[in-house]
Amino acid sequence: MGDADPPLLSVRGLSVAFPGPAGDVLAVEEVSFDVGRGEVVALVGESGSGKTLTGLALARLVPEPGRIAAGTVRFEGVDVGSLGERDLSRLRGGAIGYVFQEPSTALDPVRTIGSELVAVLRRHRGLGRREARAEALSWLRRVALPGAEERLRDLPHRMSGGMRQRAMLALALAGGPRLLVADEPTTALDVTIQAQVLGLLASLREELDLAVLLVTHDLGVVREVAGRALVMYAGHLVEEGPAEDVLAAPAHPYTRGLLASLPSGEDAAPGRRLPALEGSVPEPDARPPGCSFAPRCPDAFARCRTEAPGWYAVPGASGTRRAACFLREGDAP
Amino acid sequence: MTAPPGTLLSVRGLWKSFGTGGGWGRPARRVAAVADVSFDVPAGKTLALVGESGSGKSTIARLVLQLLRPDAGAVSFDGLDWLGLPRAELNRQRRKVGVVFQDPASSLNPRMTVEEIVSEPLLVHRIGTASERRERVVRLLAAVGLPAAALDKRPGEFSGGQRQRIGIARALATEPRFVVLDEPVSALDVSVRAQVLNLLLDLQEGTPSRPAYLFIGHDLGVVRAVAERTAVLYLGKVVEEGPTAELFAAPRHPYTALLLASQPGRRDGASLARRRVAGEPASAAALPPGCPFHPRCPSARPECRREEPTETVEPSGRRFRCFVPEASTGNFSPSST
Repeated sequence: MGDADPPLLSVRGLSVAFPGPAGDVLAVEEVSFDVGRGEVVALVGESGSGKTLTGLALARLVPEPGRIAAGTVRFEGVDVGSLGERDLSRLRGGAIGYVFQEPSTALDPVRTIGSELVAVLRRHRGLGRREARAEALSWLRRVALPGAEERLRDLPHRMSGGMRQRAMLALALAGGPRLLVADEPTTALDVTIQAQVLGLLASLREELDLAVLLVTHDLGVVREVAGRALVMYAGHLVEEGPAEDVLAAPAHPYTRGLLASLPSGEDAAPGRRLPALEGSVPEPDARPPGCSFAPRCPDAFARCRTEAPGWYAVPGASGTRRAACFLREGDAP
Repeated sequence: MTAPPGTLLSVRGLWKSFGTGGGWGRPARRVAAVADVSFDVPAGKTLALVGESGSGKSTIARLVLQLLRPDAGAVSFDGLDWLGLPRAELNRQRRKVGVVFQDPASSLNPRMTVEEIVSEPLLVHRIGTASERRERVVRLLAAVGLPAAALDKRPGEFSGGQRQRIGIARALATEPRFVVLDEPVSALDVSVRAQVLNLLLDLQEGTPSRPAYLFIGHDLGVVRAVAERTAVLYLGKVVEEGPTAELFAAPRHPYTALLLASQPGRRDGASLARRRVAGEPASAAALPPGCPFHPRCPSARPECRREEPTETVEPSGRRFRCFVPEASTGNFSPSST
């Protein structure tokens, strides 16, 4: 994490809190990471890991009654926490674009795709009406929406799920983002359509030199598109490294268990039991002391149950590779 | 197509269409959601029905469960003409069939206790005395990995994986010989999914009634782990059916090949090339002439656009509907041989 050339996005000690009956509950706890220009970083986790809230917190979009309780987010060197409402709304949908899992909840049901696109282009790019109309069409063509011209006048419900997700991508990209936060962008899509949308995302990312924070639960999707992977469990980052290394040689027992329990493993055969992780993710208000993963960890020892592990460097081929696990203590170079 | 010995459920030529559109000046139309579907489920074994949205897989489940009446076709279950049973006899026979739905949050009554939920099928079929029923519920809960303390709790007090365990306990309460599993793990987290799949495998082996499963899913990895045979559905038709391992190692239908190539993480050249040509699926309401898959098919020929392929059955029992099948040697997928 060099200081000379600041990364596009730098998150330090980010915590997100929700009020609970017995005081604040931290849904995200002291999360730190960077995203470089043009980099594709996957934020991987199961439900309750805090991955979606982390993505939302980048543009201060944490839903009420949640709030950012600690930490800083710097985007292009600017502290996002210091921005006023005006600058924040310019940032959202502008320099930081968002794509969500279910486009039908994010698209206005009574507005045509064309008018949504024109509004984004005028607001974030300062285009006149005529220019905006022309560019709206070009965006729908760039996301390979079939029948782009007629689609401009279509309401979201007239389109298939795959088409809506393409339209949503066009909306996010039309604002001219440097960072795209894509939260489970293909989870609601059929697998053949998912492959197309991921392929489209990859080619547009390259063309626009766009950084992507891909929030997902699907390790296959991570393998498909990500350069770097951040693994979250119960509100904490537990592992970070080049996606290929993390998937090939996971350093945290949680990542290892997650990978092993995938039924797509090469030796999967009908009737053969899968190596499963026991238990489930603890609720934010019921996290154990020490390492949150300790109760499910096959390798946990006494210290894991009393003390939360810090980061340990993991030897690897390239890039920052680290894991929050006492077992990695001895690995330090 | 005659059912092989050991067949528990046999489905032949099943059709179901729904009315659509109409009103607002548009003519009403019939759309075939299930078109000429046939398959067999052997006793104690698992057949997977795989397909994307609109493939008709859930409609088939509802037809087999008699939650819907088919327009045509025959279903034989345990030697009985399942569709021709008189009402009283059907109700008596239903205890041999269980069902688990995708979303336990919406398929379990939130106001009922776990004991009421799991014992409900026993009450309906008047099985056992009150104390026998309670004993069986405790045994079922233990079998699905829940403590007896769960008896008096309500579904809201459990995690998604635990709720699905409750749904499985209910499905098995009457010791059915056949269970329909409609996307039973799709709503679960990855780390919990493996637990529930293992549970289903264990219960198939360990339950005295040795239930056969009709496993409906879209995740090929999951299907590979549970099903001996797989039927691939596209727009209401079975386009390919056969032993799961063979079908995945060397698909004969180009749609099966596309499904495999679309698995996230598959970045080999052949997979990427196949994905590139595949557009959006047609809808069942606007089926193209000829083979329904031809607009997305890299091997489509003129006859595929005119004529619908009939079923080819190989000596091994694999069957598919395609004029231009993939090579049978499995050159498509070197990694899964």
